[in-house]
Formats: sequence, structure tokens, C-alpha cells
Amino acid sequence: MKKFFAKLYIWILLVILYAPLVFIAIFSFTEAKALGNWTGFSPRLYQSLFTGGMQGGSALMKAVQNTLVIAIIAAAVATLLGTIAAIGIHNLRGRKKQAIMFMNNIPMINPDIIIGVSLFLLFVFLHIGQGMLTVILAHISFCTPYVVLSVLPKLSQMNPNIYEAALDLGATPHQALWKVMVPQLRPGMLSGFILAFTMSLDDFAVTFFTRGTVGLETLSTYIYADARKGGLTPELRPLMTIIFVVILILLIIINLRRSKTQAEVK
Amino acid sequence: MTKRSNWSIPYFIFLVLFVVLPLVLVVVYAFQDNEGGFTLQNIGKFFSDSDAISTFALSLEVAIENTLICILLGYPAAYILADKQLNRSAVTIVLFILPMWINALMRTLATTELFNMLGFTLGKGTLLFGMVYDYLPFMIYPIYNILQKMDKSYAEAAGDLGATPRQVFLKVTLPLSMPGIMSGIMMVFMPTVSTFAISEFLTNNKIKLFGTIIQENINSSMWNYGSALALIMLIIIGITSLFTSDDSNAAEGGLI
Amino acid sequence: MAKKIIEIKNVSKSFGDKDVLKDINLYINQGEFLTLLGPSGCGKTTLLRMIAGFLQPDSGSILLDGKDLSGTSPYERPLNTVFQRYALFPHLDVYDNIAFGLKLKKVPQDEIDKRVRRVLKLVAMSDYEDRDVETLSGGQQQRIAIARAIVNQPKVLLLDEPLAALDLKMRKDMQIELKEMHKQLGITFIYVTHDQEEALTLSDTVVVMNEGRIQQIGTPTDIYNEPVNSFVADFIGESNILNGTMIEDRRVSFIGHDFDCVDEGFGENVPVDVVIRPEDIYFTNDPARTQFTAKVKSCTFKGVHYEMFVDSDTGNELMIQDYDPYPVDSIVNLYIEPDDIQVMKKERIANVLAAKVLGEGKIEMLGGEFECPTDGFEEGDEVKATVAFDKVELLDNLEEGVLDGEVHFILYKGDHYHLTIKVGDEGFLYVDTDDIWDKGDLVAVNIAPADIKLSR
Repeated sequence: MKKFFAKLYIWILLVILYAPLVFIAIFSFTEAKALGNWTGFSPRLYQSLFTGGMQGGSALMKAVQNTLVIAIIAAAVATLLGTIAAIGIHNLRGRKKQAIMFMNNIPMINPDIIIGVSLFLLFVFLHIGQGMLTVILAHISFCTPYVVLSVLPKLSQMNPNIYEAALDLGATPHQALWKVMVPQLRPGMLSGFILAFTMSLDDFAVTFFTRGTVGLETLSTYIYADARKGGLTPELRPLMTIIFVVILILLIIINLRRSKTQAEVK
Repeated sequence: MTKRSNWSIPYFIFLVLFVVLPLVLVVVYAFQDNEGGFTLQNIGKFFSDSDAISTFALSLEVAIENTLICILLGYPAAYILADKQLNRSAVTIVLFILPMWINALMRTLATTELFNMLGFTLGKGTLLFGMVYDYLPFMIYPIYNILQKMDKSYAEAAGDLGATPRQVFLKVTLPLSMPGIMSGIMMVFMPTVSTFAISEFLTNNKIKLFGTIIQENINSSMWNYGSALALIMLIIIGITSLFTSDDSNAAEGGLI
Repeated sequence: MAKKIIEIKNVSKSFGDKDVLKDINLYINQGEFLTLLGPSGCGKTTLLRMIAGFLQPDSGSILLDGKDLSGTSPYERPLNTVFQRYALFPHLDVYDNIAFGLKLKKVPQDEIDKRVRRVLKLVAMSDYEDRDVETLSGGQQQRIAIARAIVNQPKVLLLDEPLAALDLKMRKDMQIELKEMHKQLGITFIYVTHDQEEALTLSDTVVVMNEGRIQQIGTPTDIYNEPVNSFVADFIGESNILNGTMIEDRRVSFIGHDFDCVDEGFGENVPVDVVIRPEDIYFTNDPARTQFTAKVKSCTFKGVHYEMFVDSDTGNELMIQDYDPYPVDSIVNLYIEPDDIQVMKKERIANVLAAKVLGEGKIEMLGGEFECPTDGFEEGDEVKATVAFDKVELLDNLEEGVLDGEVHFILYKGDHYHLTIKVGDEGFLYVDTDDIWDKGDLVAVNIAPADIKLSR
């Protein structure tokens, strides 16, 4: 009996959680410009999304493209910087370690509007023109801490003797790093990259404040501007639906893999 | 091997430049007037502006309400999900995590449009609803995580010593899951206090939150006042984080 | 003619304020199996790591084949290490783990094949070439770790407590295998362990260490039968350690009786420490052979022998091991052969501490203020304070004492305990007491003024 109510509760929550998304998904298959009108099934919006036909279509795709480019570059640099940093931090002790870890954690606790405003002021102060470069720099600054936090545990878990064993067997520190340490850190680097990529994709406030006035749009800023104008670009509906489905598939795959490896271990 | 610690130096410089310095600048601008001299008038302006203060209070109020509702709705959900007898499927938790990965603006927009279609007037009710909708997964996930990893022997020991299921929950499970609740509060309260775009969508700009004022000021080049407001928000955030976390588990980033 | 392959000269090392190694001098002969033995913290692992190259000495030098190793890195030294937790590379399989060092040296592939297979045969793991190292058991991983080290044909093999993580049976089997390997390979083994039984089983030479210093170097039989001080006697095997007096050459008195012994050169009427191994006290029915009597307090079957605790006719407790049991509460006749009595110089006969006179009737020592007669001395004088072992009072309640200390080492002397109390960073106090304390207990220290004697 308890089980019935419990499941009911969960399902109610899920229905409410997904209602808006399902709603958008449904209406992505109709042509009506205004959301809520059903003018019959039509994949036209999907076509328009990819060919940039209807008004707003190409600006939207450009925004999507920017978002992806920024995310990939920022995540890649963050992974590199964060991994090197994690190796350095792992070898620090005491106050120095506390200090750098404190600074590392600030961007994660700071609300994105504060990060955005503070970086805005920084770029003004340094007289750096704001645009793609500043956005990428800003994203790197709030993504790297996540990489550090993903790689550090891998360093702690690593048998400390492994590096020494490599040296003992004749490897120079450089060789020991590449042949022995990096392979150990790879899983952490990968999850750090994915996390950084996600954080960057999802960001709005920081991009908003650091993109300057050159007309740089990411998906988030595009939606914001769009909503302010009052209308909702119809192509956004298929886009949202696609993103929704892609993420759903990805998450299911990841979780299936995870339960598979857990089953193997058992 | 000890020389490896020097590898942290580039990152240290990076952090100082991109994290510490910007925050210092916020403080500096907050206390500067138009000519660049030191002044307290920016802070003073905030305290004398009744609109600003009421917006601030409103933001805090909304944030607290949002957090509380998220806890009330989210804890039971997390509990059910973590209880192997009530939930045997691994897919269900995935369904709760998924919304966290979809762009927040997108989700909020979808919610707003749904409200529009259903004919609800946009105002405080929809604002709160939309906030809960947006942030609920962030409350559920950390609590779920900690409940799931909790050693079953604590509950068993309590039962063995004579506690009823209700007592086991109140005296053992709930206290031990506090770190998860704290984590959830951090992930919900702080973003809610500082949000601006979401509130604009959900209320059709009728209700302004604190984040919006900051954004407006910065965008109209009122950097000094805007920084002062940002500084005030920072202080609130700082106080909250002191209360809710004492170690760097603040954001484990373990969403995968 | 034994060649010295490694020489350690005046090596010292500190970490922060802690002196971990103090002036170590040692040489190791080519081809021998030498073990560094001691409790945790004695410095043995630090010494091994310095030979391997992971640490550099603060002072002194380490020579390999006559060449100074200072400044060289581990990868430049023709030595290989077997680590305690194996340190196998998880991302490589067995073959690649073993071949790692050879590949770095750019040895040709077929030569690598040959050597890897040969060494796998030596450790009896020939079928495991392609295995994932994480699927191996502890003992198997240990063998691969050894294989990985010796395939590089090092001049010296360093082993850092390699068997510590294995269970008892596995450990004993591996000990035999290691000894076999040593014989077959003919290279020098330097082994580190805290297990004295292991050291005695495996080694040609044992170096007993404690508190950063070498206590004794010798063959296993030397160390066992003729320990040079009470630390070694207590650390190796079971022993009875008793207070005694050297009456004259070859005659010693302890537990209230006089005995013939084989040691000389101590002087006359000198206080000494006497060590008797439990298996060296014999029972007899012959009154002519009886040297003293005792009452049996307990008798426990230990599988190979019986372990008995007896109280001598003079009130000293002794541990005896014998193949035959004797009933509890029975009175037994005992004797000890002169050969089996090991006499050792006492390291000290009283506490002698550096102190400073603070004023009339007050001195400072070990970081605390004590009252004592200061006639003949003035404020500011640096003096020596002598306190007998049994005049130091130890208390449970930390508030009641002048100093706080920690019980660092306990030596049972048959009728009392001889404790070493560590007083913070200030130094050590030695105390005789009947009370039973545990290692690590916190104690408060008091000394009556009359029991502190000052001298220059």
C-alpha cells in the first residue's frame, strides 16, 4: 500500500516535471507560429531549423554553433589546465593547498551573475574588447574548478608508489608522467571534460555579461533576447525537442554502461 | 617529486587573475564614485532606496520559499527513489536528473509557454512554481545520493535497539542525511537569490528580483551602484555558505 | 673474498625537526641477503629509499661499487625496488608491466620476450602473461612485482616489506621462495621488515635499528643468542630481561641467585641487564643440578611447545618454554646453562637530565619546573639532575603532574616494568614501576624534591 502511494507521488512529480518539455515537443510538429495552435502535423519546423529557411532560423543556428564552439574550446582548455593544476595541487601540503583549493571552489559557489559581473569589470579594467575571446576565457575560469575536482580524487586513489616504480625501472620523470600517471588520470580527465562541457553549454549569466556588444549570441542569450521580444522563434521548439531526446539517449546509455560494468565486477 | 607542486603555479596565477581580481574589482567599484574616489554612497543608495530594499527582501523571500518547497517535495522523492524496496528501477533517477542537463532558460521558457497556453496569469504564483520546477532536481539528487550511500546498518542498529520505523527516520536517517540536504540548499537557495532571467520569463517582467536590478544597472553603465548591489548579494551568499558547508564537498560536481 | 657492494657512510636525515636517521654507517657485501629490521619509525624504510634514490641524505654518502650515488636519480641507478603495495601499473597487463623497464632501455623485442618469459618461469607465473593485473591475488601480484624488478638484472634488489600485505600462510610460502630466488639469482638483496621472525628466516645478515640508529649488526644466530642491549633482546624473539649485577668475570647475580656465565670484561659489582631465552630455562628432578625453584602460575599449549609463567623463589616472574607441561601451582626445580646467560651493559643506571637552576629551590628540566635542593648553585647555572628510576612518580590524572608524557616503550624485568616515557620533544624519562601501563598511555610525571640530585 505504501508502495502504491510512493510510486504515485513519483509519477505525479515526473509528469509535472516533463509536462512543459512534452508540450514543446508536441508543438514542434506543427507549423503554427504561435505556440498553442495546432494546425496539423508537419515537420516543417524541423526542416527550417536545419536549412535556416524561416526568419530567425539562421540566427538560431549560428547561436547554437557558437554555443558548441565555446563549450568545446573552453572544456578542452579547462581539462588541460585543470589536470596540470590537479597534479600540482596534489603535491601541495598545508596552508598552500588550503589556499588554492579555497580559490578553486569560489567559482563553484559563486552565483553566475556575480561571476559574470566581476569578469565584466575585469575585462573593462584590462581594456580587453569583449567578444568571443572574453566569453571563452570566462567559461574556462568557471569550468576548470570542476576538472580539478574530477582529477584530484583519481590522484589520491592512485597508488603513490606507481610513479616511483616507474622511476625505479628507469623512466625519467617525463616518461613516468606520460606512460604511467596520465593513463591513470584519464577517467577523471574525461569526466572533468564532460562536466566542463555541460557547465559551459548551460551557462547564461556569465556569457550575457562578457560577450560585449558585437552581437555574439549563444543559445541561452538568443532565447533570452527572443523572449524579451515577446515572440518565441518557432524553430526553438524542434531544437529543444532534439536536445531533450539527445540528452535522454545519452543518459540512458551512460547508465546502462554503468550498471553493466557493475554487473561485470560482481 | 616535490617539484611537481610547482605545476600548481600557472593555475594559481590564473585563479588570482580570473577569480580573485574580478571579485576585488567588484568591491572596488562598489566603493567608488564617478570620479574614482572612495565613497560609501553606493551602499547608502541601496539602503535609502525603498524599491531596492523591497526587491531584495522579495528575492530572499522567494529564495527561502523555493528552498523550503523543494525540500518538502524533494526529500520524500529522494527517499522513495533511494529505497530499494519502493523503487527497483535505475531508470527513474535518470529521469529526475535529465532536466538538470537541459538548458535552464529553455526549461523555464517551456514552462512559461505552457502557463500561457493553459491561461494562467503570470505572477508570483507562477514564479514560485517555475522556480520549484527548475530547481527541484537539484534538491533531489544530493539527498538521493547520500541516502543511497548510507550504511544500512545504522537503521538496523536503531531498530535493534527498539526504535519504531518513524523513530528510525527521525533520529537516524534524517540527521545522517543532513549533508545531502545542505548540499541541496546550496544548489537551490543561492542560485534562486541571484537569478534574473528566469524571474523575468516567469512573471512577464512584472516582478523584479534582485538579480534583475543588478543586471539593469550594469547594462546601463551604472557600474558603481551595480557593483555595490552585487557586493551585497555576495555577502548574503557568503553568510549562507558558511552555514551550510564546512568542507569542500560544497560542489562535488559528481553529476555523472 | 667478500666485496663491498654498498657502503653507507655517516648518513643522516631529518624531516623538519624530526631526526629520522642519525649517523648511519653500514656496508653490504656482494651477494648477501641483508635485512634492515626494526619497529615502525626506526628509519629502515627511509634508509632503503635513500639507497633507491627517492630521498637524498642530509649528510654523509652512499656508495655503490665505490661510486658515490649522491645526486643521482632513481632511474639512473642500477638498482630495482619491490614495493610494499606492489605498485603494478593497472593499465598494463602482466607482460607489459614486466617489460616496462626493458622497453625504456630500448632492448630489442625478441630479447624482451626471452627475458620476460624466463623471469615469469622463475616466479612460477608462466601462464599469466596476458592477464590484467587487477585480477591477480595479492600473492600473485607480489610475484609479478618481483619479476618486474629482477628482469632488469639489477645489481641490488631492494625489497620494502614486500610480504606485509599477505596472510600468514602465503607469507611463509613466499619467504621460502624468496630465499630460493636469492640463491638462484646470486644478486644482493636488501630487505626491510618489522617482523623479526621473517628477518631471522631469510637473512644472512640482520641490521637491527631503532630510533634512527643501528642497534646491532650480525647473523641471525648472533642477534638471537647475543643481543647487545635490552632493545634488541626484547625485539628479537621472546626473552626474559632482568636486572642483575656482574659480581666478577664469569659470575653474575640475578633473581636473587648467583650464576656462572661466560661473559667477562664488565668489571666487578657492576649493574647489568641479563637476558635469558624462555627455551633456555630447564626443568630438572636432580637436586644437584637445581639452581633455584619456582611456582608455576600458568601453562598454555602453543602447538610446538608449552608456554609457562613461573614465579621464582625470590619473587621474579619468568617465561619458560618447554616440550613438557608442568601443572599450575606446582613447585619446580630449574637451572640455566652458563652459555645461555647473555649479559648486556646497561645503557643507563639512572635518569641524568640537563637542567637549569631557576632560583632558590627550583630547577627547569624537560620543559617543566621542579622543586629540589639547590644548595651550592646559583640562578642560571646549567646543571645535571640525577633521578633514580624508581623515584619517578607516574599519575593517570594529567592535572596532577608537573609534566605530561607518553608511554613510549615497556620492558618487563621480571618483577617490575621499566618504562620509557617520552616527554613531548624534550626528551625521555626512564621509570621503574610495578603498575601496568599500555604503550601510548598519557601520563603525568612528578618527582619528589629530595629525589633530585644536582651536579655540574
